[in-house]
Amino acid sequence: MSAVAQPVARSQPSPPWRLFSWGMLLALAIVCVLAPEIFSAFWLSQILTQALWLGIAALSLIFLASYGGMVSLAQVGLYGVAGFAMANLGHAVGGLALGWSPWLAVIGGIVVAVLVGLVFGAISARSYGIYFLMITLALTLIVYYFFGQVTQLGGDGGVRNVVTPGLIGNPVTHPNGLYYVALAAAAVCLFAVRYLARTPFGLSVQGIRDNPDRMRALGYNVTLHRTLAFTIGSLIAAIAGILSVWWSTQISPGDISITQAINVLIIAVIGGLYRMEGAFVGALVYSILNNYSREWTPSVGVWLGPGRFSTVLGVIFLAIVLASPGGLVGIWVSLRSRLVRRPSLAAAGAAASAAAAPTSATPEPASTPNEKGGIA
Amino acid sequence: MRDITHRIDRRSLLRRAPYALLGAATVVWLAVKASEGGSTFFQVTLNGLTFAALLFVVAAGFTLIFGLMRVVNMAHGSLYLFAGYLAFQAQESWFGVNSNLLGNSSAITVASWVVSGAFAVVVVGLVGVAMQQLFLRWNQGQDLRQALITIAISVIAADQLEAHYGGVSQSIQAPSAWPNSVSLFGTNYGFFRLVIVGGCAVAVGAMLFVIIKRTRFGMVVRAGVDDRAMVSAIGINIQLVFAGAFFIGAMLAGFAGVLGGTMLDVQPGNDSQFLLYALIVVIIGGMGSLGGAAIGALALGLVNSYADVYLSFGSTNLTNYSILLTFILVVAVLAVRPLGLFGRPA
Repeated sequence: MSAVAQPVARSQPSPPWRLFSWGMLLALAIVCVLAPEIFSAFWLSQILTQALWLGIAALSLIFLASYGGMVSLAQVGLYGVAGFAMANLGHAVGGLALGWSPWLAVIGGIVVAVLVGLVFGAISARSYGIYFLMITLALTLIVYYFFGQVTQLGGDGGVRNVVTPGLIGNPVTHPNGLYYVALAAAAVCLFAVRYLARTPFGLSVQGIRDNPDRMRALGYNVTLHRTLAFTIGSLIAAIAGILSVWWSTQISPGDISITQAINVLIIAVIGGLYRMEGAFVGALVYSILNNYSREWTPSVGVWLGPGRFSTVLGVIFLAIVLASPGGLVGIWVSLRSRLVRRPSLAAAGAAASAAAAPTSATPEPASTPNEKGGIA
Repeated sequence: MRDITHRIDRRSLLRRAPYALLGAATVVWLAVKASEGGSTFFQVTLNGLTFAALLFVVAAGFTLIFGLMRVVNMAHGSLYLFAGYLAFQAQESWFGVNSNLLGNSSAITVASWVVSGAFAVVVVGLVGVAMQQLFLRWNQGQDLRQALITIAISVIAADQLEAHYGGVSQSIQAPSAWPNSVSLFGTNYGFFRLVIVGGCAVAVGAMLFVIIKRTRFGMVVRAGVDDRAMVSAIGINIQLVFAGAFFIGAMLAGFAGVLGGTMLDVQPGNDSQFLLYALIVVIIGGMGSLGGAAIGALALGLVNSYADVYLSFGSTNLTNYSILLTFILVVAVLAVRPLGLFGRPA
């Protein structure tokens, strides 16, 4: 909003650089589409497909964090609700096994999750900053304990052998179908979120992030906007939940524990909490670490070894939070600004890495969501 | 009195009516259950109160640290679990106490419990200060970043504790000189739960009250809660006060870990469980308020224990859904007071 900040956000890289960026993007798209030909089945399923659905889950968090200023830990709880609802509505072993057709079960799962998201949003939307984080963490834990307790819906063992739609088939023997579905879902979610940010609704949500009091004074219903933004976030999380159940053909309370909630947060932070693409970068890094860190990790007594993935992940998370709040994408932006040596872009990069300012999304890097711990 | 009732307009009365109804229904339901079986009801109530005592000790440290420094210590549960394991290990290696109850014929001395417990509490307090000095001090004011840092620490701590102590459920042994149960109004109830945990919670509450209301340190803490910048401007070393408050807060988490490790057990997952309890207690009571922590702990403890036993109506048994009552409790409080019962805007 301030006149000084405008050129920073609006600055464009020089034409050759821009051409290079478009080329890279095109190459990335081609690699994504041809991935089943390039990568082994293991890589496709365990790394890429997992990165896609985890990325969608992280995207729902980054969407709320960067546009709404709401760092939500409820996303895993919500995708758990979607996954459990779908698994119980369709054909599966354990749980209610109501036997709906797979696509109908998907719709049912998403509707249930969005309704729960609406309720969760209404509960937490009046809280800001760190209070919001705590309340949403409590909500995820409540969902976790709920599905652990209620044996009718699967209980501790969860729901197994969930039947996937014919389009996807068996994700273990034929990973291609699920990969393309996940890829399409990820692309749709990414573009939908970017489009939403430019709509009047998206703009007013960003206005509320920057100054709730001013928006309230202008006549906006702040709580309603935040609740609806949260509900949209829960829709994206629900899609991730459906994909995760298809990916592993099962869901149990262990899949939606606090560990997983923190994993999704770690993915978002590794990628960069205020950049949409960061979700998928972070998820890819996480998937690769998850699968290969056991081979790389040296053994140091009981402290470190092949079984200590969480320690490795936690240390990386800690290092990124301490060193670069902008995450990997933030590091990339500041590197690029050094390479290109454009003063305005360098300023943007520095702002992104120093304060994790959502430069691409907001024209006002001076007020980052970080600073708002206060209560309106 | 009349003036006040006149001033409350109809709309707010209407908004509050559902919660009043909810409260009334709960009271009626409990009264019915109490009349059905008096001694069971008494037992369940004691369960709730003693559990609330443990929750209060956990949440008091959490809310103290938040109140002064605006740090949401997500590693609070890890400190709780770490103290439990430390006391267990000290008891085993220094006093030869075997956690296997069957093979343990030798008497467990009072010293073995007290010394191990005190050791664990002090070590965890120092770990808390180290954490604050190393990671949190230079990020003051960035509350989200501090929360992320403590989350990272809790991830590492959970994994390391599992690596060092394994995934088996352990427990700290109460001294054999202490009786197993005491008689209270004709009902036998666990001595440790009622006398030690209950007594410790009351003592902790009273001590914190005295420290905060009557000592110079407490005066500085209270002033710091209201205006940090002003306190340091008048020449008080606020960093020292922060370190002290973090020491006390971490020690309280550790103390709760020792109590909980004796009363219940010490096992992986306790960290996130007690972090959840601490979060819910302070969400209900209001962040930073000790009285709120007491009220929140009582509410959560009683709701938990009543729901575990009494959530069955005729032939339909709904005790599986007891976690939903906790959820409803949080929702009801937040709907009326978004900052908790005693919460104040930052």
